[in-house]
Amino acid sequence: MHVGLEQYLTVSFLLFSLGLLGVIMRRNLLVIYMSLELMLNAANLALVAFSRFNNNLNGQILVFFIITVAAAEVSVGLALIVALYRKRQTAHVEDLTSMKL
Amino acid sequence: MEAINNLLGGSAVPDVLFYVFAAFTLLCGVLVIANPFSRNPVTSAMFLVLTIISMAGLFVLLHAFFLAAVQILVYAGAVIVLFLFVIMLLDLKEEQRRRIKMFGIVAGLISVGTILAIFLKSLNATNLNAQSSPTIEGGTAALGKLLFTQYVLPFEVVSVLLLVAMIGVILLSKKDLK
Amino acid sequence: MKHELFPWLILFLPLLSVVVITLFTLRSRNVSSLISIGAIVIGFILSVIFICANGFQFSGETTVNWLSIGGLQIDFGLKLDTLSMMMLLIVTGVGGAIHIYSYGYMDHDRSKARFFAFMSLFTFSMLGIVLANNFLMMFIFWELVGVSSYLLIGFWFEKPSAGDAAKKAFITNRLGDFGFLAGILMVWGLVGSLNFTVAQDAVKWDPAIFEKLGTLAGLLIFCGAVGKSAQFPLHVWLPDAMEGPTPVSALIHAATMVAAGVYMLCRVLFLFNADALQVIAYIGGFTALLAALIAVQQNDIKRILAYSTLSQLGYMVMSVGLAGPTPAMFHLTTHAFFKALLFLGAGSVIHALHEEQDIWKMGGLRDKMGITFWTFLIGTLALSGVPPFSGFYSKDSILGHALEQHNYLLFAVGAGIAGLTTFYMFRLFYVAFVGKPRTEAAGHAHESPAVMTLPLIVLALFALIGGVIGINAIYNLQFAPGEHAGSMVQNLIEPFKASPIGALIGIGCVAAGFFAARALYKDAATDPLPAKLGGLATAMKNKFYFDEFYEATFIRAHDFIAAVADWIDRWILEGAIIGTIRGGTDLTGRALRLVQTGNLQTYAFLFVLGVALLLYFVLGK
Repeated sequence: MHVGLEQYLTVSFLLFSLGLLGVIMRRNLLVIYMSLELMLNAANLALVAFSRFNNNLNGQILVFFIITVAAAEVSVGLALIVALYRKRQTAHVEDLTSMKL
Repeated sequence: MEAINNLLGGSAVPDVLFYVFAAFTLLCGVLVIANPFSRNPVTSAMFLVLTIISMAGLFVLLHAFFLAAVQILVYAGAVIVLFLFVIMLLDLKEEQRRRIKMFGIVAGLISVGTILAIFLKSLNATNLNAQSSPTIEGGTAALGKLLFTQYVLPFEVVSVLLLVAMIGVILLSKKDLK
Repeated sequence: MKHELFPWLILFLPLLSVVVITLFTLRSRNVSSLISIGAIVIGFILSVIFICANGFQFSGETTVNWLSIGGLQIDFGLKLDTLSMMMLLIVTGVGGAIHIYSYGYMDHDRSKARFFAFMSLFTFSMLGIVLANNFLMMFIFWELVGVSSYLLIGFWFEKPSAGDAAKKAFITNRLGDFGFLAGILMVWGLVGSLNFTVAQDAVKWDPAIFEKLGTLAGLLIFCGAVGKSAQFPLHVWLPDAMEGPTPVSALIHAATMVAAGVYMLCRVLFLFNADALQVIAYIGGFTALLAALIAVQQNDIKRILAYSTLSQLGYMVMSVGLAGPTPAMFHLTTHAFFKALLFLGAGSVIHALHEEQDIWKMGGLRDKMGITFWTFLIGTLALSGVPPFSGFYSKDSILGHALEQHNYLLFAVGAGIAGLTTFYMFRLFYVAFVGKPRTEAAGHAHESPAVMTLPLIVLALFALIGGVIGINAIYNLQFAPGEHAGSMVQNLIEPFKASPIGALIGIGCVAAGFFAARALYKDAATDPLPAKLGGLATAMKNKFYFDEFYEATFIRAHDFIAAVADWIDRWILEGAIIGTIRGGTDLTGRALRLVQTGNLQTYAFLFVLGVALLLYFVLGK
């Protein structure tokens, strides 16, 4: 079957769902964060696919920026996790329940 | 580049390659979140690396060469390494097996199901207007030209953002604020 | 109409008395009793004045428009004709005597004020029935009388048997009233108005109105009388009603309330066609016979009198069924006199013997309670139908009427019952009053105070002369105008002139009964009848097992239905319907609780759901 935009988008969607499943199911903070990165990657894939099939480079520029910001975000997020771990001595998300509404 | 183009120009090989890379990506993605080998987060990190690399392959198939390289350099090279450093820093042991919460599985499946359903339905419904034979090439030169003319402001702002992130990280990871 | 206001006064004075006693004077026993007695005695005086001013042939109505709904016009009105005026005299006169008697009888009771309040309530309700001019008003007061009866039977509510008896009376009455109400609705449907005069005129002008449904309507209305006057099969409440104080038994269950059924039948006689009347007659006769048989073996003095009342009511109903309202009302009037007398005398004896009611524990009261003895004897003779006492004339008019209608079966039944009546009444008299005292308490008896013996004497006087003072003629003014009244001497020998055979057969049965009682019970230490009659006597004593039969069938069926209803209520209504609502609320609560857990992943889940919802709407599906 000729590979077109739909196929790439389907892969992107599935990857996104996998990331979502990981966020909701896993209980280790770091694995949750990794699943979050999976979701970002899925978005990147979708953008690049669109950019290619619509003959527009702007999508790839956006992906460039997304990767950069994701890197910054990861560093800050991990720093937060480190600080949290030092405080609570646990990286298990069920023990971190002080954010009640 | 010519060789690669010739390789990619044909119809059959890129298709096969696409399916290989796509399957590999999804397989590694599954293994990130639910690996049966061990419950160590390091294992998950390893599989995440593999996922990113196969995604770089997918980028190459989409003629986004620069981004494929950036993906491997930044994501696989820096972000995942950072993850591994933090895991080692925290000295996380193997996660104890806690009781599998029914809520997690049910909620996960519900949410994933809904999102996936909406995505796939919308995919089938819209007319994507895709070019059947695209011509754009994501080479470094093309991207660089666009980046330094049209998008120069976001480029500079992002560098400020990186600076801010660095400062923030240093501050957050201090042991005591004396 | 002269003194137009009097009937309203007569009706509402007892109501005023109830209100005053309940609100103000419940603590002072004597003041309450005087208020109540005053209300009814003034009522009696006003009735007498009214009748003297207007004469017995008067007929009129005063109404006040009460409700007007659609096509239905309901008045609150008083109908005054011979029938209601005579009943006024009976209710206020006999009632007044009983009220005065109660002043002495209830002297030791600490709830005397409450007693008189209830008695006034009853008087008000009874007068309402008597004076009502339409079905609805009569029905309202009918129910009110039932309520007063309930309150008075259960007056000593600390006794569980009294409470049960009160409930039994009320519920049994309700059964009859259900049929009564259905009958009233049918009449309204057929005639278009509930007013008695209008209905009577409608039937007169167009007898075909009642052609198809006439029997049914008549029988349904008769149901009301079956309940209130304790005919078969609803007769079971009257003997148990003797749990109430004796004046209550005298007033309500001998003289007035139970007579309300007969009064109602006479009031709406025009509604009954020949078939309905036949049924009425035979039920009346059967009740009379049944009750007389049961009375032969009862040992409680009040029960004997209660069954005697049942029997006499059967007589009256039988007479109505034979299309003879005049004999029925005549007997009702004389019965009021001597039955009230008998009950009050029994009360006097019970009071003197410190609440002893078993006749086999009495005896030899002639010397100790002279007035009671002689008045009770007069009452017994009147009830048995010995000439020249009043009972003879009223019973004979019924028997004579039966002969005129050529209904020989009912005549024979009536005559036989006359004999049985004499038999059990003299059994009572010999065992309880004559001979030697059987127990110590009987030996220490003494006469009752004057406030109790004076009413006895007055009632005895009327029991004596009631037959000849022309009550018969007064009723004929209403039901058979044209027959002329005779003088007192003429009335004295009237029965022998009109139907000598009937009169002689009647006297013969009476004599037979008397001699049988004398032979068996004079100087008897114990009851000799069970030995002679064996099983029949046991059945008589146990009231022919009617209560047990009802218990086994109707009460069981009723309990079963109640259990089914309970099951439905518990499992279906409560379990399914309310359970669903409860479960739903529970689930909603649990779902909303998720917002408060503090769990990161829960929040993530909720985010995703929100996003999905947004996407759904944005993507336009």
